[in-house]
Amino acid sequence: MSLKGKAAAIGIGELKPMKEPGPATTALGLMAEVAAEAIADAGLDKRDIDGFLVGMPFSDPGFIYPASAAEVMGLRVKMLNVVDIGGASPAGMIWRAAAAIDAGMCSAVLCVVADMNRAGDQRPPTVSVQREFESPYGNIGANCGYAMIANRHMFEFGTTSAQLAKVAVDQRSNALKNPLATFNDKPLTIAEVLGSRMIVDPLHLYEIVSPVTGGAAVIVASPEIAKRAKHPPIWLLGAGEYADHATITYAPSLTESPIKIAADTAFKMAGVERKDMNFVCPYDCYTITVVVTLEDAGFCKKGQGGRFVEEHDLTYRGDFPCNTHGGQLSFGQPGLAGGMSHVTEAIRQLMGRGGERQVKGAQLGYVNGNGGIMSEQVGLVLERRS
Amino acid sequence: MSEYLKPLPKPSPTSRPFWDAARRHELKLQRCAGCGKFIFYPRTRCPYCFGDQLEWRAVSGRGKVYSYTVVRRASHRAFTDPYVLAIVELEEGPRMTTNIVAAPESVRVDLPVVVHFDDVTPENTLVKFKPA
Repeated sequence: MSLKGKAAAIGIGELKPMKEPGPATTALGLMAEVAAEAIADAGLDKRDIDGFLVGMPFSDPGFIYPASAAEVMGLRVKMLNVVDIGGASPAGMIWRAAAAIDAGMCSAVLCVVADMNRAGDQRPPTVSVQREFESPYGNIGANCGYAMIANRHMFEFGTTSAQLAKVAVDQRSNALKNPLATFNDKPLTIAEVLGSRMIVDPLHLYEIVSPVTGGAAVIVASPEIAKRAKHPPIWLLGAGEYADHATITYAPSLTESPIKIAADTAFKMAGVERKDMNFVCPYDCYTITVVVTLEDAGFCKKGQGGRFVEEHDLTYRGDFPCNTHGGQLSFGQPGLAGGMSHVTEAIRQLMGRGGERQVKGAQLGYVNGNGGIMSEQVGLVLERRS
Repeated sequence: MSEYLKPLPKPSPTSRPFWDAARRHELKLQRCAGCGKFIFYPRTRCPYCFGDQLEWRAVSGRGKVYSYTVVRRASHRAFTDPYVLAIVELEEGPRMTTNIVAAPESVRVDLPVVVHFDDVTPENTLVKFKPA
């Protein structure tokens, strides 16, 4: 059993993130807008969509959610679900869509996420064990967990803040060529990152994503539908998923993440090697996330991630193109659509629609989706067939 | 005495003995009779061997800082001043989320620590740690 080549991404939609939502903005409205964009991009009609995967927006959550969101868009679908694995949800949707298609349940799946964020929004954890054993000590939100990962990584491997900052700097160079990125007006230097305000030691402000408002969607379709798509179909070649904790305190390790198993599973299914990738799109809620991901996904040795990002050019014109859209650090994090930005960028690059930041001859790309505090992990290998 | 505005634990039937012990300034954890491992946070079944014979045992209260951060800007408005959030690895094995009651600049990874019970309200005691 394998999902290799069983379905392809054929259309994308992505909104330019807004720093503040407008007065008429709603999460459901954003979903409809970006879904329309993705369906048109695929060259399909809304009536062709017969599968629906959606992410729950923090700004308008609810149980029994998918039918409501589908109803707003007037969809009639043979498969519908919420994917609730944090920031890994968008990447997780892609293989779930392919699996549903391969199983014959449906043939064209709309995967959509959108959310509204306002500065200063506070979102307490909703699961009882986290309210009981984390919140009283101030382990609230994602910042603290990633900071503790970074401190432990520095302790075990000698990783430096300047190495972490390099991730934000190179990704900003990429964002300068992305009209959709939130921060695309001026380059960033390592000194500026290290000079920005310390938020949670050792992470500075410019090492942390900014919450914004936006949305993104991808259409995943059967080989039959993919044949008549407007753009070159981008095939799912391999996928893997793994989680071994929710709260980082109870993870087996702070510095070795579940990414290893997710990535190994994806590459094994794909039958290609890490070195075959023309670019990577690792989830980057923080700079440290990228360093740990590159190690655990097998692009460098454990503990060498800091040195790796220091020694390689992570820009679209570099020797190791990484998050060519700017990453969420420069794109902004419109809720789960931040996670989708890695998927849409990989598809865009493989379709040859990268514009000024196009990686020449891109045929294979790796996406990593990351949920919670290095918790849920999804690896995807995507391919454009020549 | 100003009002305590930070989140407080709401014990569940499963975790009640942990918080009751903390109230008496005792650190008690569940130990699995099946596999012998100590576990945290409290469960109804052992997360390692899935056995259901869990017994409450007093533990040493000693451990090391596995990692930490100084939170200078918190995601909750009640946390106004910088605080040291940490993961402490207890001698008995389990890790706990906690605070280190010490000057932030004195905390480092691997620092030996000992339990420090903080009676934050008349009804609530949080399990914190301080340098040993």
